[in-house]
Amino acid sequence: MNIIQKIGLGIFIIGLAIFTLVPGMESYDLSADSITLPNEYHQAAFQKAAESTGLFSQQYTSTFALTDALKETFASAQSAINTQVESSGIPDGVQEWDYKLGDWKFKEYFKPEMFRDASVGPVSSNPYLYLLLTVGLGLLGGLLYILPKFTDIPGIKNNGIFHSPMTRGLSVGWRTFALGATVIGILFYGMSYMDKQWFWPGITAMVMGIITFMVFYVQKSMKNNPSRSASPYGVSAWLGIITGIYLVGFYILLYWAPQHITGWIVMVSPVSEMLNGGPASQWFLYGFLYTIIILVMGVRMMSKYRHNRYQLIRTGSVMFFQTAFAFLIPQILQLLNQPSMDFKNIWPLNYTFFFDWNINSLLESGGLGIFMLVWGIVLVVVAVPVITYLYGKRWYCSWVCGCGGLAETLGDPYRQLSDKSLRAWKYERFIIHGVLAFAVIMTGMTLYTYFSGVSQIGFISTGNVQKWYGFFIGAGFSGVVGTGFYPLMGNRVWCRFGCPLAAYLGLVQRFKSRFRITTNGSQCISCGNCSTHCEMGIDVRSYAQKGQDIVRSSCVGCGVCAAVCPRGVLRLENSGEDVNERAFTERAIHISEDQVTLL
Amino acid sequence: MHIAIIGNGISGITAARWLRKLSDHKITVISGEGEEFFSRTALMYIYMGHMRLEDTQPYEKWFWKKNRIDIKKGWVETVDFKGKNLEFHDGEKMPYDKLIIACGSKPNKFGWPGQDLDGVHGMYTLQDLEAMERHSTGLEQAVIVGGGLIGIEMAEMFHSRHIPVKFLVRESKYWNAVLPDEESDMVTRHIRENGIDLRLETELKEIWGEKVSGKAQMIITNKGEKIKCGFVGLTAGVSPNTEFLNHTDLEMSRGIMVNEYLETNIPDVYAIGDCAKQRNPKPGRRPLEAVWYTGKMQGETVAYNICGKKVGYDPGIWFNSAKFFEIEYQVYGDLQAKLPETQSTIYWEHADGRKSVRINYHTESGRIAGFNLMGVRYRHEVCEKWIAENTHVEEVLQNLGLANFDPEFYKEYEQEVIDVYNKQSGKNLQLKQRRGLSAVLRFLRKKTAL
Ligand SMILES: Cc1cc2nc3c(=O)[nH]c(=O)nc-3n(C[C@H](O)[C@H](O)[C@H](O)COP(=O)(O)OP(=O)(O)OC[C@H]3O[C@@H](n4cnc5c(N)ncnc54)[C@H](O)[C@@H]3O)c2cc1C
Ligand code: SF4
Ligand code: SF4
Repeated sequence: MNIIQKIGLGIFIIGLAIFTLVPGMESYDLSADSITLPNEYHQAAFQKAAESTGLFSQQYTSTFALTDALKETFASAQSAINTQVESSGIPDGVQEWDYKLGDWKFKEYFKPEMFRDASVGPVSSNPYLYLLLTVGLGLLGGLLYILPKFTDIPGIKNNGIFHSPMTRGLSVGWRTFALGATVIGILFYGMSYMDKQWFWPGITAMVMGIITFMVFYVQKSMKNNPSRSASPYGVSAWLGIITGIYLVGFYILLYWAPQHITGWIVMVSPVSEMLNGGPASQWFLYGFLYTIIILVMGVRMMSKYRHNRYQLIRTGSVMFFQTAFAFLIPQILQLLNQPSMDFKNIWPLNYTFFFDWNINSLLESGGLGIFMLVWGIVLVVVAVPVITYLYGKRWYCSWVCGCGGLAETLGDPYRQLSDKSLRAWKYERFIIHGVLAFAVIMTGMTLYTYFSGVSQIGFISTGNVQKWYGFFIGAGFSGVVGTGFYPLMGNRVWCRFGCPLAAYLGLVQRFKSRFRITTNGSQCISCGNCSTHCEMGIDVRSYAQKGQDIVRSSCVGCGVCAAVCPRGVLRLENSGEDVNERAFTERAIHISEDQVTLL
Repeated sequence: MHIAIIGNGISGITAARWLRKLSDHKITVISGEGEEFFSRTALMYIYMGHMRLEDTQPYEKWFWKKNRIDIKKGWVETVDFKGKNLEFHDGEKMPYDKLIIACGSKPNKFGWPGQDLDGVHGMYTLQDLEAMERHSTGLEQAVIVGGGLIGIEMAEMFHSRHIPVKFLVRESKYWNAVLPDEESDMVTRHIRENGIDLRLETELKEIWGEKVSGKAQMIITNKGEKIKCGFVGLTAGVSPNTEFLNHTDLEMSRGIMVNEYLETNIPDVYAIGDCAKQRNPKPGRRPLEAVWYTGKMQGETVAYNICGKKVGYDPGIWFNSAKFFEIEYQVYGDLQAKLPETQSTIYWEHADGRKSVRINYHTESGRIAGFNLMGVRYRHEVCEKWIAENTHVEEVLQNLGLANFDPEFYKEYEQEVIDVYNKQSGKNLQLKQRRGLSAVLRFLRKKTAL
């Protein structure tokens, strides 16, 4: 590390530190007229309760204090209504569940926007200054750290990744513990998220149990002991662990308690005003940070692989698709009062595409809306199979997709942590196809409900299925575990184990595609670089040393195995000549049976 | 039948795997180095932190049990060939019915004074790697003696940890006994641009150590120069690790002598890999080729022979590969450092000085002889087929895209190579076949009548 890089790192850390403090810097001042509940009884009761709790007359120094005060006022309004009902009954013509103030209304009434609008303090009065001190310093520091790398002699730069406490990863035991604790935590929280319906977490836990049983007993992984570890270093990867906790924390706040990151939202609000004409939401914040991270870490990826044009072009492509398609175009659409859409986000990754509100909003918005609807369907039924037939699933997973984009840029330092054991592969196949099945069933129910108007199938309501999918898969799996676990389980946890679109693309790739990775005759020296650096945990070497081409549904075609191979053994290629025999030819067998004289 | 294999390197393990594929015999693989098979060629990456030892092990730990291959850790001290018994260092004995010796190599030491001091090591075994690791903390200067493939790897290893390296090479250019002049120049330049202090035509004379600790402290070169250093790497080639078999009936002459069926002079005893020397090597081949690929092929061959399917060892057409810092190297066929008088050469080099293509052919007949690639990848099977079929150089040139194995979007230099030939011959050949798999598959499938 040279002096410029050290300065860069220092600046980055300062930026990150200020960024981390920002949510705590604001105070919150609610005014009485900022609260207009849609239900007149609730509005009246709440305003009255607020007078007694002094909600509007105080300034709160944290989002937690404000939440507590809101809760207190809410409870007081609840009990006031209850007393009212007891003493004088429900007014004529009003339904009981409309009149009574149920607990679940709290989440509905008090949105993060309210916190944003109530926010006062240094950040909301100088958002640009804080943007500069956080994101600006982060950018500057990051670039100062990255740019000097362009002066190195081009070539593979993996020195010390298994020595660094940032990138060496956790042993299987600790990793299992971290994952188990996180999943159990999510399931418990899911109980309250689903308004105390234990059914959803329960059935999910059951499915996970069944999968484990299948892996160990039906697929006999019991015998695959000890399983290859992705990292033997206990908990020595302390920087990675801290990073993981930070990311997990970020996602938990983002998805399930966005009011506590109001400071950040306020800070990026002027950018949002500029781009789409409205104040920022947590999703704008997320998109903004996501794009900047992909851009900066994309530059890093380019510095690392600048001798490799495949990597350069591919990284440029994910940077472009994120910036233009995922970030800017939806903002512009919003500015033009059109339904906003990420034109490259394909069902079932984009699981809300067939939700009634989306279909309705598209149908209501005239020509453009209809086009979007048709476009979305064409992507699923035509683009995916055709382009995947031609080039493999890489066209999407490592060239276009936003999740893939983050994995290939921010996640690149962690790609070696993917689990290469046979057991992990067995898990992978059950889990990812399980999620695909869940997505298909959920969407099937959604469409059934949409067309028939029946909102319940058996005792299961479509709304709850959607809600649980969004919670457990959409937020928990793809966000909290998918990205939060980069430093602990590698950068493609979601893409490998969870993404239903990847499962669909993978089926096409495995059974009908021109794509494969060819191995160069007998040149392999079984060194293991390819397997180690395969983010999808494919044991590339096991194929290469046999001279067998790699045809695997999970391969995202990132091309890193081919790049790191010191003997030039691997090449990502397409050919329609032998689509059906691709997977079987073994080239490095040196003695052919007809050479042998049988005694 | 119990088949014992001494050595769990690529040769021994390949033999064991094929024996299991072809038979149901009891198999024991013995090694004193470690329990698990790992890729020796990847030693450097462990030190450099690209991988951990586990990552260099091609099979998971349960593989051996599942395939009923017994693993035994221990040093074989001697073999009682008459009684068919192995004797271990700790006195234990193990009877066998057939024995495969795959005991590999050890680094050469040429009797330099001080060669056994602490801090003087080769780079061959896991134990050597541990020693390097141990000496690396606080190391201010390392000296490497011997300019082969292992020497340059060792230089890269220290370089990755910013430890200054003085690299002593006897030749006038790096590895010019194997590489033609231009390629040798290229690597020589590249070593220096990486900041390695390369001393050509310099040999080690002696190593001085500290009196009390016995640690290496300084070396003296044949030019009388004294270089202070805390570590001396000896990488002047390897030789068969067969000392434990001295004074037995086994016929050896700097290697265990084997016939084409890999049988030694003693019945039921075979030798393969780095330690086996061919009595009658194929034309153009050396009797002992200490490389990964031949070990692998011999492992496969010996298994067939033991299982009663007699087949002679045939290494096919020579190929090899390596990597010099950032420059990848591949070679196919007959490509010598000094161009034989009957051959001509086509040499193209990229302006960046880190890529080149060399194609040698027989001047008179035009038959293709070999390929030497630096920083460019070529397809093994295509080159092999051209060479095996005595293809004419002009045919090869016009279809050169078939051989290109560089990643997608990489620039294709085939026409530039052809232009070199055109200039030399006054012809005007044009590239007919660009890079692409479909054409390759069609080409490889095509059987030519020989
Ligand atoms: C650093 C390095 C890099 C290399 N890179 C390349 C390359 O890029 N390409 C290439 O083609 N080749 C390369 N080689 C050479 C290649 O690794 C060897 O040719 C190959 O490993 C030889 O395999 P083997 O099975 O014959 O012997 P080995 O791998 O040497 O295995 C022999 C085993 O037998 C054990 N053994 C020996 N004697 C006894 C005994 N008495 N009792 C018990 N056990 C015993 C040893 O401990 C050892 O584990 C490299 C070698 C080194 C050291
Ligand atoms: S096999 Fe290679 S190209 Fe495919 S995902 Fe793994 S590293 Fe990337
Ligand atoms: S990186 Fe290359 S040489 Fe090493 S195991 Fe993989 S394919 Fe073989």
